[in-house]
Amino acid sequence: MNTVGNAGLRALLMLVVLGIWELCVRALEVPVYILPPPSAIFRALYVGLSRLIYVQNTWVTVEETLLGFVAGTSLAFLLGTAIALSRRFEYFLYPYIVMFQALPKVALAPLIIVWFGVGLPSKIVNAALIAFFPLMVNTIMGLRSADEDRVSLMRSLDASEAQIFWMLRLPSALPFIMAGLEVAMIFALIGAIVAEFVGATSGLGVLINTLNFSGDVAGIFSILLILSVIGLVLNQAILAVRRRVLFWDVSQKSVTEDTRKGGL
Amino acid sequence: MSSAPAAREARPGPLPADPVIAVRSLAKSYGKEAGAVRALDAIDFDIGDGEFVAIVGPSGCGKTTLLKILAGLLPASSGTALLRGTPILGPRRDIGMVFQAPVLFPWRTVLDNVLLPADVQRLDRQRLLAAALDLLQLVGLRGFERRYPSELSGGMQQRVAIVRALIHDPAMLLMDEPFGALDAMTREQMNLELQRIWLERRKTVVFITHSIPEAVFLADRVFVMTPRPGRVAEIIPIDIARPRSLDAMSTPAFGAYALRVRHHFNALGTLDA
Repeated sequence: MNTVGNAGLRALLMLVVLGIWELCVRALEVPVYILPPPSAIFRALYVGLSRLIYVQNTWVTVEETLLGFVAGTSLAFLLGTAIALSRRFEYFLYPYIVMFQALPKVALAPLIIVWFGVGLPSKIVNAALIAFFPLMVNTIMGLRSADEDRVSLMRSLDASEAQIFWMLRLPSALPFIMAGLEVAMIFALIGAIVAEFVGATSGLGVLINTLNFSGDVAGIFSILLILSVIGLVLNQAILAVRRRVLFWDVSQKSVTEDTRKGGL
Repeated sequence: MSSAPAAREARPGPLPADPVIAVRSLAKSYGKEAGAVRALDAIDFDIGDGEFVAIVGPSGCGKTTLLKILAGLLPASSGTALLRGTPILGPRRDIGMVFQAPVLFPWRTVLDNVLLPADVQRLDRQRLLAAALDLLQLVGLRGFERRYPSELSGGMQQRVAIVRALIHDPAMLLMDEPFGALDAMTREQMNLELQRIWLERRKTVVFITHSIPEAVFLADRVFVMTPRPGRVAEIIPIDIARPRSLDAMSTPAFGAYALRVRHHFNALGTLDA
């Protein structure tokens, strides 16, 4: 499927779609505050980038996303491991997990701004909170997925529980964990943007709000473009790690497509 | 290929003099007193040093339970199992195990899979490296050390599993239907291969199977097990000269042994080999 010819065709098709968009908007005289033509969007992108305002705010959002991702996933990994290894731990924690899981985490954003202020910490907490669950659930599933025969083999070799964890359970869980990290990365970006919408002084979410106020729809579109590029780059980064870590996994398949459906 | 050693003497008596394994009135039941299922009942046998024993029986006769008790993975309900004179109370480091599936770790290379026991038991990797290469040579897998399991066929994976079970020089090799998942052709090849390895290394082997020909072909003695409760119905010494070729399977002597085993199952109507 992915041949040079097809790739060229794909790029050509994209240009055609943009061309039709441009023509339609001009021919039907759609006002720019409803739907701007692609040319206006690229102009807004160029202006924003050249005045560095986009660059600075992009960095703010990326920083929030990455810190939230690291905080959320570290905690999720530790808690997920504890739950997977201890039935007792799971039993007592379970009600909270179920309640939290059912809750749309973005609804907590206003509260988090109240608790942590309009600065960086509230964005990290919100991003971490949303990134937390997909990894925790996958860590639990992964650690419990270790093949029973392999566990028996380790036991027959007189392996300690610690050895079984490090040499068997954790590697067995890696496909699940990597899938969880893929989703968590995208979720962290969502968390950061939502928190910026609710209360912040800088970041791409703030920029969207500002542009919305001044009716600069072309500007909003240019930010959406940046956000989608950020999402893409972060996802590719995870996939690159995945390829390195899971070189042995024959079912090498990105799970993002399946899991992200019905995301936020 | 090693030079063919002289045919082993068949052991006519049921109990060898200096047993590696001694099992005495072993029983295992699952569940509580009232509704308990007796998986094993009144099991008694000895296995001598370097002896190849095949345990054959239909599914549900408790042969895997017996093997797990010998491996120290399951406690017996009553009776004892001794390995070199000491009771088997938990997993032991002088046992090598081979399962029906190769049970390799896909993230480890062939060599690292083979050296897993060394890593778990913190043995000297360098010292065992030579042994690992020797054994890989023995099973025809030299040159595959750096490959990953997914690059190997099912038969090759199972040979890696056998090498792994032998690497720490265990006193006894436990094999739980190791070739049951292989196709018939590969299975015959693996039977020949296992005989060759065994003739060279002379490990004590307990080999579980539900294939009567496989049991008769490989074993010095065949333990016939019958189900509900799991019992050793008969112990049959197989007096066929080694090394046995696949042609040996079509001799009258072989057929007579197979028939003798089969009689136990014909009566039960539980026959799957």
